[in-house]
Parts: sequence; C-alpha cells; structure tokens
Amino acid sequence: MIRVQTEDFDPGRELDALVAGNTRIGGIVSFVGLVRDFADGHGVEALTLEHYPAMTERQLADIEAEAHRRWPLDATLIVHRHGRLEPGDRIVLVIAASAHREAAFEACHFLIDWLKTKAPFWKAEATPDGEKWVAARDSDDAAAERWRKA
Amino acid sequence: MQLLYFAWIRERTGVAEEQMALPDGVADVGGLVEHLKARGGGYQEALSDLSVVRVAVNQEYVGLDHPVGDGDEVAFFPPVTGG
Repeated sequence: MIRVQTEDFDPGRELDALVAGNTRIGGIVSFVGLVRDFADGHGVEALTLEHYPAMTERQLADIEAEAHRRWPLDATLIVHRHGRLEPGDRIVLVIAASAHREAAFEACHFLIDWLKTKAPFWKAEATPDGEKWVAARDSDDAAAERWRKA
Repeated sequence: MQLLYFAWIRERTGVAEEQMALPDGVADVGGLVEHLKARGGGYQEALSDLSVVRVAVNQEYVGLDHPVGDGDEVAFFPPVTGG
C-alpha cells in the first residue's frame, strides 16, 4: 500500500493495521525517516518537500511491486509526507512484513534505498542563510546500486 | 504537449507548467531541451547542466534520445531527494 500525504502518521497504528488478521506473518521491519536539525555543517529550521504527484504514485507502486517480486512478503506499506516539516517531524514510513525476518529486513532496506533515488520528491531546507535545495547524494546512489540485479 | 518543471528548475524557468505545440523539427527529448534552451534566460540557465537534470515522459524516467509527441507530458526536475 502507498500513501502520500501532508498529515503525520502513527507508526505503531500503521504497523498494527497492516498486519491485522494475517497470522502467517512472523516478522515485521519498519523504517521511519525524520527531519534532522542539521545538514552539511549548517542548521536546518524546516524542510519543504515538493513532489510530482502523478509520477510519485507510479514510482512508489513500481518500487513496491519490485519488492514483492524479489522477496516473499505478506504486506508492505510506504507512507511519504510532503509540505512543510520541522526538525523531529516524521517524513517517511516503510514497513515490510513476511513469514521470516530475513525477507522483511532486506525488503525494508531495499524499499527505502530505491525510494530515495527514484521517487520524485525534492527537499528545500530553511537555513539561517535562506532556503537551499538539497543536492542528491552519491552515497544514496551507491546504496540503491547495491540492490541492482546483474 | 504539457511541460512540467519542479524544484530549482521550476524556480529558474519561472513557471511550474505550460502547454506547447510540438515545435517543428523536434522529435526527441534532446531536441526539446535544445528548443527550450534557445528561449534563453531562465530556460537556458535551468537546462545548461544536464548532469543535474532528470527528464520523465508520461511519468517514466527517460534519456535524451527518447521520442516526444504532441500528447506527451514531459517533466524536467533535479535528481530526487525524498525519503
């Protein structure tokens, strides 16, 4: 399942709702991304996330489908927020549930790594020197590259 | 065709979206980029370094050699930074 929204989410409630009624599930792995108050040596007062709605939906659906092709998953959830967020706010939630922990760990890691390099979101940071667009990181590309199949 | 611009590319072009008839002689993304850059000003500035520009046609990532047609939605944006 995929949701893109401005509102906050409650990770515990999302997790409970996702796996409710499925007693095949033996392990759940979740990742929650938060807004930091620093970046590259400067302070961050807020983030504004812009996105490309039609493409975001398609890319997230593709990423989720790819995870289900690669691992035996019983349930997955991606929730991503957009709009203005402040330090400590939740940005993104990824959950993967499976009969066994290995698939859940790997799929959760894969989902966040691929999302970061494929889903069309852009962060602008409010800093003491004004607003700055966040530049993509080579380390994020490298993280996604690990999951590329030969 | 519908053109969309996001993040700092949108700030440089000064528009988020625009409708345009397929220009004469433009058949692919690379040709469209050259056509837009020839407008000068913010367009030239936004598209001058293609190493930091990503292009999607109908919401799928494509390269400069991908064909474009009159009914397409073409988006220009920087490398993504979500998550």
